[in-house]
Amino acid sequence: AQELSEKELLKMEVEQLKKEVKNPRVLISKTGKEIKDYVEAEAGNDPLLKGVPEDKNPFKEKGGCVIS
Amino acid sequence: MCDQTFLVNVFGSCDKCFKQRALRPVFKKSQQLSYCSMCAEIMATDGLHENQTLASLKTEAESLKGKLEEERAKLHDVELHQVAERVEALGQFVMKTRRTLKGHGNKVLCMDWCKDKRRIVSSSQDGKVIVWDSFTTNKEHAVTMPCTWVMACAYAPSGCAIACGGLDNKCSVYPLTFDKNENMAAKKKSVAMHTNYLSACSFTNSDMQILTASGDGTCALWDVESGQLLQSFHGHGADVLCLDLAPSETGNTFVSGGCDKKAMVWDMRSGQCVQAFETHESDINSVRYYPSGDAFASGSDDATCRLYDLRADREVAIYSKESIIFGASSVDFSLSGRLLFAGYNDYTINVWDVLKGSRVSILFGHENRVSTLRVSPDGTAFCSGSWDHTLRVRA
Repeated sequence: AQELSEKELLKMEVEQLKKEVKNPRVLISKTGKEIKDYVEAEAGNDPLLKGVPEDKNPFKEKGGCVIS
Repeated sequence: MCDQTFLVNVFGSCDKCFKQRALRPVFKKSQQLSYCSMCAEIMATDGLHENQTLASLKTEAESLKGKLEEERAKLHDVELHQVAERVEALGQFVMKTRRTLKGHGNKVLCMDWCKDKRRIVSSSQDGKVIVWDSFTTNKEHAVTMPCTWVMACAYAPSGCAIACGGLDNKCSVYPLTFDKNENMAAKKKSVAMHTNYLSACSFTNSDMQILTASGDGTCALWDVESGQLLQSFHGHGADVLCLDLAPSETGNTFVSGGCDKKAMVWDMRSGQCVQAFETHESDINSVRYYPSGDAFASGSDDATCRLYDLRADREVAIYSKESIIFGASSVDFSLSGRLLFAGYNDYTINVWDVLKGSRVSILFGHENRVSTLRVSPDGTAFCSGSWDHTLRVRA
């Protein structure tokens, strides 16, 4: 990018901005809800979130066998 | 004797139109040329046009940025934490350090998990790249790079190779072998070549392609076998410090963050930037996609982490506290995306409630900056690497 003149860099920036202005967008009330719904659906499977009983935790204190 | 001063004209061939004319000296890019008066006039007005076009381009860019802000503001009808008001608050977390991986001789700069959820590759300022079994803490492989500051490392999806690079400006792939007689360094394959340091690398869905980010301001996609450049991504105005690939279900995009304070989302096939976000106030050290692929988080030297919603096309949350004044170096989500783990330069790890925007836990233990942090592929643990030469696995 260093080889281009200031004018050429600006032209690229203007072209890029023109494209970005046209991007489709969705209301946060909708997308935010979808993020929340995703979390609630997956929360049950999230070991760091709900914790894992010591005997099922592969990182429990050393000692005993780990069969993988 | 006359006191008159007059312009001395040389008669000859104009350096521009080559016609035989009275010539006068002109300066173009500090080189002296001889132009006829006609060409000298044209050059003067060309310069004027040049400046006008530059100014009008700048104005156009500014007004487009304003329009972009306007369009984005239209979608900002509510805050994320308001949407999540009814969600149950999180309780206390107990996350203990289960393993401490010791062996690096200097700052740990980067780490990555293997898909088998137990192996870890880490790289250090001392030039060493080590593969660990995190269950036993045994070192399974070690290779010494020809450079110090190995800032990037990644595990191949198959688990059969690792990639790394740093001040050597390259990304090299090492196949992992269990043959004691084989010298890992002998099988090294140089894949990527940048003109400045390698800051981040990641395999795509297969062992065949690698995506890299560099201090030269670009990202690039390479074919591992041939070393061929498949696509390059230009647009950052300064060093690119981090990248993350979208979860495979959501298509061929990746996000990058740089010293220009911008986070940019790219289409891997076309090389085009799809969306860009510039709300951070300093370098973006880390970017990570939200598990669903609809958003991504960033960690920055401005001491904040932020969440950007890709479909609303704007920042939707800031994770910060007045008491946190040191930069965030690395971020990652828990499996469900409810928790955001962030490692900071003040040696701590803060755990944020992604939906509500509040901090749920602060983890101590490292004795220097936390430089890298990743949650394991099945979400059972996360590993942090630090300038204190160690890695810690917590669960």
